[in-house]
Amino acid sequence: MNKQDHEARLNLIKSRLKIRYAKEKAFRAAGVTAILTALSMLAILFITIVGSGYSAFQQTFVRLDIHFDQEVIDPERSGDPEVFSQADFAGLVKKSLRKKFPDVRKRRQKRDLYSLVSSGASFQLRDMVMNNPGIIGSTKTVWMPADDDIDMYVKGHIKAGEKGGGRIKDYKLAWIKELSAGGAIEKRFNRTLFTSGDSREPELAGIWGAAVGSFYTMFVTLVLSFPLGVATAIYLEEFAPKNIWTDILEVNINNLAAVPSIVFGLLGLAVFLNFFGLPRSAPIVGGLVLTFMTLPTIIIASRASLLAVPPSIREGALGVGASKMQAVMHHVLPLALPGMLTGTIIGMARALGETAPLLMIGMVAFIVDIPAGIFDKATVLPVQIYLWADSPERAFMERTSAAIMILLAFLLIMNAAAVILRKRFERRW
Amino acid sequence: MVRSRDDIVRTIGKPLLADDERVKISCRNVNVYYGEKRAIREVSVDIAEQEVTAFIGPSGCGKSTFLRCINRMNDTIKSCRVEGEITLDREDIYDRNVDPVLLRARIGMVFQKPNPFPKSIFENVAYGPRIHGLARNKSELDEIVITSLEKAGLFSEVKDQLDHPGTGLSGGQQQRLCIARAISVQPEVILMDEPCSALDPIATAKIEELIDELRRNFTIIIVTHSMQQAARVSQRTAFFHLGNLVEVDDTNTIFVNPEHKLTQDYITGRYG
Repeated sequence: MNKQDHEARLNLIKSRLKIRYAKEKAFRAAGVTAILTALSMLAILFITIVGSGYSAFQQTFVRLDIHFDQEVIDPERSGDPEVFSQADFAGLVKKSLRKKFPDVRKRRQKRDLYSLVSSGASFQLRDMVMNNPGIIGSTKTVWMPADDDIDMYVKGHIKAGEKGGGRIKDYKLAWIKELSAGGAIEKRFNRTLFTSGDSREPELAGIWGAAVGSFYTMFVTLVLSFPLGVATAIYLEEFAPKNIWTDILEVNINNLAAVPSIVFGLLGLAVFLNFFGLPRSAPIVGGLVLTFMTLPTIIIASRASLLAVPPSIREGALGVGASKMQAVMHHVLPLALPGMLTGTIIGMARALGETAPLLMIGMVAFIVDIPAGIFDKATVLPVQIYLWADSPERAFMERTSAAIMILLAFLLIMNAAAVILRKRFERRW
Repeated sequence: MVRSRDDIVRTIGKPLLADDERVKISCRNVNVYYGEKRAIREVSVDIAEQEVTAFIGPSGCGKSTFLRCINRMNDTIKSCRVEGEITLDREDIYDRNVDPVLLRARIGMVFQKPNPFPKSIFENVAYGPRIHGLARNKSELDEIVITSLEKAGLFSEVKDQLDHPGTGLSGGQQQRLCIARAISVQPEVILMDEPCSALDPIATAKIEELIDELRRNFTIIIVTHSMQQAARVSQRTAFFHLGNLVEVDDTNTIFVNPEHKLTQDYITGRYG
């Protein structure tokens, strides 16, 4: 080839080179755009949720001087807790409010006055007396949760005195102003949100019942799906013969991973509730249903990570006379474990966020008590979010967002755990 | 040059040993199939005790396949089928009563790519004795590990780092670790499948020296691509071609005075 030809060839390559680099640049730009779009969506999501939910971590409290009247609580001086618990504590609150605002005479205005304080205040007073009967007869200053309307007004979510009659009437507004001028209204950290079960009253409603329900449900799911999934994967990958039956099985497992989750709920309803007669709304049934849903994910991830273990490790073990089982258990499984754990945690995270199948088995019920075990009636975090989102009270709106934040925090912790576990167990070979 | 497989009917040279006492492994009319495809045809050969036998031949000639029949490693390949008779100490290893796990404790194997377990050096060597229950207590196990490492010529290099991962060693050290692992269960035969193909010349020289040492206690079969290596380490050499065993003889004879045209061409480097 002469020199001219050579140069022409180089020029040709050079001109092509420009196009090649331009293509690469365009591809990179597309990638960056995609990531930025995803990130901005995520940012919007977080900003909306945090923006509307952060105020739920505070709750407005009203300070009242409560006279623990002996005549009301225990007129016969029996000292019996049974008698205390029957007492009219709501009456004490009302009395204290009447004392604070003696001018209120009209029946309807009185009712509005009483509604300044949450109906849960009487339980708070009862608990105080039950824990310390010595306070009977004395007068104490007590901070009590304000009614949700007051809370919303103090937080600025609803306006008062607007035309069309807002939820807060003018005279009520005057009371609030008087109270806050006297330092008797204060926003404090909302402990109730983290320690209580559900309630019809937003200021008394908490996420703890649902969190415990989620914990029990996840516990059942993990205990069942991890060993079952890993064992299935090991059998199918290492021991099962490759024939038409295992092929059919594989197709079905892959299909199962794509089945809409509500179908699993219907299955749980038909099998566990109607056939086996397990309790409705219980974490055991929720866990079983979510196990069905999680199993395919775990099996597929586990099989993939078993497949990724180099065959030379198996041969090495067999070569020194290990049985098939020993080769798998001693050498292949430890290497595949990080991948299996990652798959499991991803499956669990999906199960934690699952609502639809649980609706079918009754975990959507309104449950106030904190569940004490896997057979108790319970609900779970996403269902709680669904229930609150469905409630008309304005105060439930911010609590819905707060519950979403808590759920997201749980998911974040689980995914971080997946990363840490994987790094921890990862080994070179 | 012979192009058709059917040109070779019978192995020439001295495939069968005259002295029955020296025979450790004997193979008669062995055929290996992968599905429908026949990878090894009608191989009959004797392997002598405490000697190094080298299998040589061009890529894809079936020498590795044949080697893996001897400790039934091919059992793990589903489509693979072995016909014919292979005996170890006159006992058929494909007999129904023979347990492949027990067989592999008697016939160890070293692989082409060093494949230490992702565990400590100690654990790598201790694994075999442990699963077979060869050591009654910790000190016995320690002794087995140290002796095995010494025999594999690795102990002096790793004695201060027995708890370090075996995968952190150099390629040559890893391969010697695999040899230590193989001899830790005190097999009678060691199969080596191109043990030096992933190693540099210095590491290779060390392994070759080691093989010469090990010959005193073990029967060794080595598959190799390198004819020089076969010439250096082996006493007998078998030449495979397209699934046929063409010629077997003393290594000297094979390299100096091969009978078959194919052997001659391969040895002189005319193809391979």
